[in-house]
Amino acid sequence: MSEQLLKNTGKLSGFFLRRDRLRIPIWLLSITALTLAIASYFTNLYPTAQEREAIAATMENPAMIAMVGPGYGLDNYTFGAMMAHQMLLLTAVAVGIMNILLVTRHTRSDEEAGRIEMIRSLPTGRLANLSAAIAVLFGTNGFLALAVGFGLFALQIESMDLFGSLLYGAALGATGIFFTGLTALFAQLTSSSRGTTGLSISALLLAYLIRGIGDVSYEALSWLSPFGWILKSEVYVNNYWWPILLTLGVSLFLVILAFYLNRIRDLEAGFLPAKPGRKTASPLLQSPLALMIRLQRTSIIAWAIGLYVLGASYGSVMGDLEDFFDKNEALQQLLKPVPGFSLTEQFIPLLMTIMAIISTIPTLMALLKLSSEEKKNRTESLLALAISRTRLLGSSFVVAVATSLIILSCAVIGLWSAGAATMDEPISLGTYYKAALVYLPAIWAMIGLTVLLIGIAPRWTNLTWAYLIYSFVVVYLGRLLEFPEWMSNLSPYGHIPQLPVEEMDFMNISFVTLVALGLTIIGFIGYNRRDIYG
Amino acid sequence: MSLLITKNLTKKFGSFTALKNVNLEVKEGEVFGFIGPNGAGKSTTIRILLGILKATAGEAKIFGLDAWKDAVEIHKRIAYVPGDVNLWPNLTGGEVIDFFIKLRGANPKGRRDELIERFALDPTKKCRTYSKGNRQKVALIAAFSSDADLYIFDEPTSGLDPLMERTFQEYVLEVKKEGKSVFLSSHILSEVERLCDRIGIIREGEIIETGTLDELRHLTRTHLLVKTKQPITDLDHLPGVHDVLEKDGAFSLHVDPEHLDHVMKHISQFGITKLESAPPTLEDLFMRHYEVTQGAGGVSQCQNNS
Repeated sequence: MSEQLLKNTGKLSGFFLRRDRLRIPIWLLSITALTLAIASYFTNLYPTAQEREAIAATMENPAMIAMVGPGYGLDNYTFGAMMAHQMLLLTAVAVGIMNILLVTRHTRSDEEAGRIEMIRSLPTGRLANLSAAIAVLFGTNGFLALAVGFGLFALQIESMDLFGSLLYGAALGATGIFFTGLTALFAQLTSSSRGTTGLSISALLLAYLIRGIGDVSYEALSWLSPFGWILKSEVYVNNYWWPILLTLGVSLFLVILAFYLNRIRDLEAGFLPAKPGRKTASPLLQSPLALMIRLQRTSIIAWAIGLYVLGASYGSVMGDLEDFFDKNEALQQLLKPVPGFSLTEQFIPLLMTIMAIISTIPTLMALLKLSSEEKKNRTESLLALAISRTRLLGSSFVVAVATSLIILSCAVIGLWSAGAATMDEPISLGTYYKAALVYLPAIWAMIGLTVLLIGIAPRWTNLTWAYLIYSFVVVYLGRLLEFPEWMSNLSPYGHIPQLPVEEMDFMNISFVTLVALGLTIIGFIGYNRRDIYG
Repeated sequence: MSLLITKNLTKKFGSFTALKNVNLEVKEGEVFGFIGPNGAGKSTTIRILLGILKATAGEAKIFGLDAWKDAVEIHKRIAYVPGDVNLWPNLTGGEVIDFFIKLRGANPKGRRDELIERFALDPTKKCRTYSKGNRQKVALIAAFSSDADLYIFDEPTSGLDPLMERTFQEYVLEVKKEGKSVFLSSHILSEVERLCDRIGIIREGEIIETGTLDELRHLTRTHLLVKTKQPITDLDHLPGVHDVLEKDGAFSLHVDPEHLDHVMKHISQFGITKLESAPPTLEDLFMRHYEVTQGAGGVSQCQNNS
């Protein structure tokens, strides 16, 4: 019986580990390193109990509770309590995503690509593939739990003892195992890897969301979410282990259900009915522009929501910003006081730089979609129709420019709406908007550069990402680390006036816009002259 | 009247010469077969014709317009099906067909549904779920629904089953009847033989033969299968005889056309009990060219490289 079901699970597990010999270590290393780095960063940022008390006070607003969870031990805000409060939930989300991606990769993705068919044609058990995937991920999560647990303890930070640190690691590992089980189950229900990832990520977001609502208003709701459970372990404060056991128990149930469903279904079938798509195209889908929008709408909407949330999370701390700066020397270094402006107002340009640079990411992705279409040999089908190259590149260009405007607006609206809710004297939407819109020419310069690369150096389009990272480092971190000015002048973001603190500078803005225009024009000419690869 | 003409078309990728002085001509209302081994330059030629690649030298004209400069104008009257159809995974087949039809400007709705039925495609499925053959059907349906003057097919049936292959051939003959022209690049020699009025053979970037099938047939040998009362002797040494095989007292051999008379006289001395002859096929023609040019091509290649 078990021969029939599980034969060669061990060998398959070894094979998965080999296929993931870089992927899994990179995930583990990133999550562990980030956790340890932030724990030690906290000790530098808030060295005294007084400073920690100040930050604890800013945590008691609904926006923060919704975002990072209810604070335990706020009255005695030790480093441990701070870590468990501010980092545990967000890290658990990252661990959840890791598990969703890895499980899908080894279950539905392989099945969809016909690779499991080949595995099954060999003398392997019917459930060997699923059990190997689950075994590998259980091991990965277990390893993560121990690495984080012992790693945190090894930092020897006061209030972070061995028992608490191991519980912190175990909370992450248990969340991971829960999402392994959930994704394994969804991999049986849906019949495509996209469906599996989509359903699992939706479940993760839903779990995060209902826990947020539960923690803020109606506590019983939090009991429906695995994130709610693990936060109840109150790591470093009361150190309860039962939430870990609860999470593992439910995970085990999910895994058993997944095995059962896998056993009774056909290969490449799913339990959820695949709904038939449109038989004919919508009347709107009749231009390359419409196609580009159609192909990217989900990703653009997701980024818009993401940037709104990012803006809102910055906005939610706006009200407490003055207190925050008063009591913290590290943050004061970031901003040199300017007479006539409040600290909050001075904080705006810094936020706008970050949000403008982040908004550039989906913008460039929208443009570079054309490159990936070319690599997948689909541009050929379009150019074989009565579509000129100028029109094709122009469509991507229009989508990119529109994306920059939409995404940046969402970030600003998020910042403004959450800011207005928490501040005694809210800053007007207009002030925020002006400070954000001046960054559009810099984003357009990045668009121009990307069009140029697509037009004349299509194999080097990734350079644009390197330049964006450079811009982020010199313009944002440059302030902290005091880089020489010419370094930030090499980035378009360095030429943008810092509204509302600085005066509007039309010279600089026009200069950046003209550069953007020039690059774009050369790019279009190049695209009309070169070969299309594929 | 010629719809499509190339003159000394040459394409280099870096130092590699993919096409060398390619001269082609497709006349109005004819089906032109374009054959050659993998990597010979068939797809490169087609991509230049579509204005997707720019020729290094020479010219390509369709409808009297330049394939590179007037690409958009030309494409309004062209339908193209690539050999490896890549579609957008999150659109359905029906959406893609409509999109292609609309962008080409035509809108013969009735034809679309008829084609979907004839090719037995489920247009409600996402392209992600389609097999290679089904993706090919999407492109073929979109192509045949459009009212083009020139159809360019690059190995269009490579993923289709024999029934669908026949459906494809029927539609090619139908558009031909309407006076349209077809440029068909293919590996399936029987298909080319059945559909094409004229063929061009390309090898290592050079056109080595063009003409009607009949014009080219003189180059090939007739295949004979004979059985005689007495065993035939001296067959190997006769001029014009090749590839002699003996099996159960029967002989299989290839004979050059100019020596056929002479060979038959020789064989008849032994008392023929069974005789089968097969006309030269395109396959023989192709294979023979392949063999012949392999030697000659090898030499010229060496000269090129030095």
